[in-house]
Amino acid sequence: MRELRTEEFIVNMGPQHPSTHGVCRLVLTMDGEKIVKIEPVIGYLHRAIEKVMENRTYSQCIPMMDRVEYVTSMSCEYVFSLATERIAEMEVPERAKYLRVIMLELNRIASHLLFYGVTAMDIGALTPFLYGMRERELIIDLFEMTCGQRLTYNYIRIGGVSKDIPKGFEQKCRSALKVIAEKMSDYEGLLNENPIWLKRTKGVGILPKELAIAYGVSGPNLRASGVQYDLRRNDPYCIYDKFDFDIPVRYNGDCFDRYILRLDEIKQSMRIIYQALDGLPEGDVKNKKVKLTFKPPAGETYTRIENSRGELGVYLISDGGKKPLRVKTRGASFNHVQILPHFSTNMLIADLVANFATLDIIMPEVDR
Amino acid sequence: MKEVIKAVGHVFIKMPQGLLVTLKHLFKKPVTLDYPRKKKPMMPRYRGRHYLERYDDGSERCVCCGLCAAACPADAIYMEPEEGEHGERRAKVYEINLLRCIFCGFCEEACPEEAIFLGQEYEFAADKRNSFLWTKEDMLVPHPRKDNPFKKIIRRVRKVYGVTEQ
Ligand code: SF4
Ligand code: SF4
Repeated sequence: MRELRTEEFIVNMGPQHPSTHGVCRLVLTMDGEKIVKIEPVIGYLHRAIEKVMENRTYSQCIPMMDRVEYVTSMSCEYVFSLATERIAEMEVPERAKYLRVIMLELNRIASHLLFYGVTAMDIGALTPFLYGMRERELIIDLFEMTCGQRLTYNYIRIGGVSKDIPKGFEQKCRSALKVIAEKMSDYEGLLNENPIWLKRTKGVGILPKELAIAYGVSGPNLRASGVQYDLRRNDPYCIYDKFDFDIPVRYNGDCFDRYILRLDEIKQSMRIIYQALDGLPEGDVKNKKVKLTFKPPAGETYTRIENSRGELGVYLISDGGKKPLRVKTRGASFNHVQILPHFSTNMLIADLVANFATLDIIMPEVDR
Repeated sequence: MKEVIKAVGHVFIKMPQGLLVTLKHLFKKPVTLDYPRKKKPMMPRYRGRHYLERYDDGSERCVCCGLCAAACPADAIYMEPEEGEHGERRAKVYEINLLRCIFCGFCEEACPEEAIFLGQEYEFAADKRNSFLWTKEDMLVPHPRKDNPFKKIIRRVRKVYGVTEQ
């Protein structure tokens, strides 16, 4: 027993830190090299989107939803449209449903490619970042071609989609998917057997199944911990029940599993897109009855979908007026930030970065 | 001993293999662009800066009806009407605050006269906040037949989607 005492010290990681993917502040209590306590401080990216939406008509909410989570804007637009359609019990043309699935899955691939790039860069490999960005660009080009914007699309509208795909989209989409499928072996070859990568990720940051369930973790992070739960299967929306795809599951729950699971998901998403392109019916893409000032009947709904990070939900209350009475969004990243302190203590800062990156937390979804 | 052979193998086989990949990339066309000098052509549907259209005789299409301002989710549009030379209604003031605008394209979709549309330009850097308030004069396209009365006019409005786009 020593008489003198040492002190723990406090390190501020963020809010401006390259590996926090936005502005998240982590207050770390350190004992030498080891982390004793983590305290996430959120709210730096709060834009009061939910409040803003209460003062906008339903159609005008769609571009606002884009900004809730700008890496997979399509799913945010989609979940709001779906919630409104459920309240209004509205029909959506079959072609629009197929186009929605194509866009949602393309967006999922784009998001996972970004994940692949930035995660590897956070852990210290630069080449994957360039690879991931290069292929993501192909998908972003497809979006730009269809809806005219590269990040905040305003494409999926209440009652359908805003416009039909342009000529040549299908062919370009297929060739982009082919390129990505070819490059997948490059991605895997670069990291899967890389000894440095394995040392940094295998067995690091194990998220136990029970803890994940207790904290409402969803999406790829949950499936990497061995729970086969995907809303596309468990609570089918749109026309996902028509497609044939697998839900990849991994059982270790460490950083490596969270990373590899997303690569598996890219392959499954590609399968869905091929099936949707093959089965794309002709017809309208928008329910013609929906005007810019459209009023759903009074009612409320909680609608949830699976976006690339987990369960994205919208709780929408309508009082029968032009504007929604209350909109509440539930982002998966919020739960993922919460769980960080519970399984990331007693490790090095470098491993915390690996944890943070592989959880694929994105701050706008946390703060809204 | 085995490990030594493995390590030597890595140096003489794996490393040249890796370097060969690097060497191959030296002769490939780069995927990046030399940005300020070379620009990426935007797609026809791209939503960039706003333009106000004119009729073929040079008069403004906009009748200052206010539908675009009502549709705008960012409250970026301000306008005041006036009476033109031939008694028609037109905009005296028509301003867009580009700092508020989120380039959603609702103004273009709402306009009954197909007067406003979003073009291809996307570089708006300026050094004063005031220069982001765009007036009617900034946005009006030039008179289409000022120099040549027989010029073929290509309308750039994409309001009715599905119509062939130039
Ligand atoms: S641009 Fe179109 S919608 Fe806007 S005031 Fe002019 S005519 Fe009306
Ligand atoms: S593009 Fe959207 S935000 Fe910008 S002026 Fe038009 S309606 Fe308003």
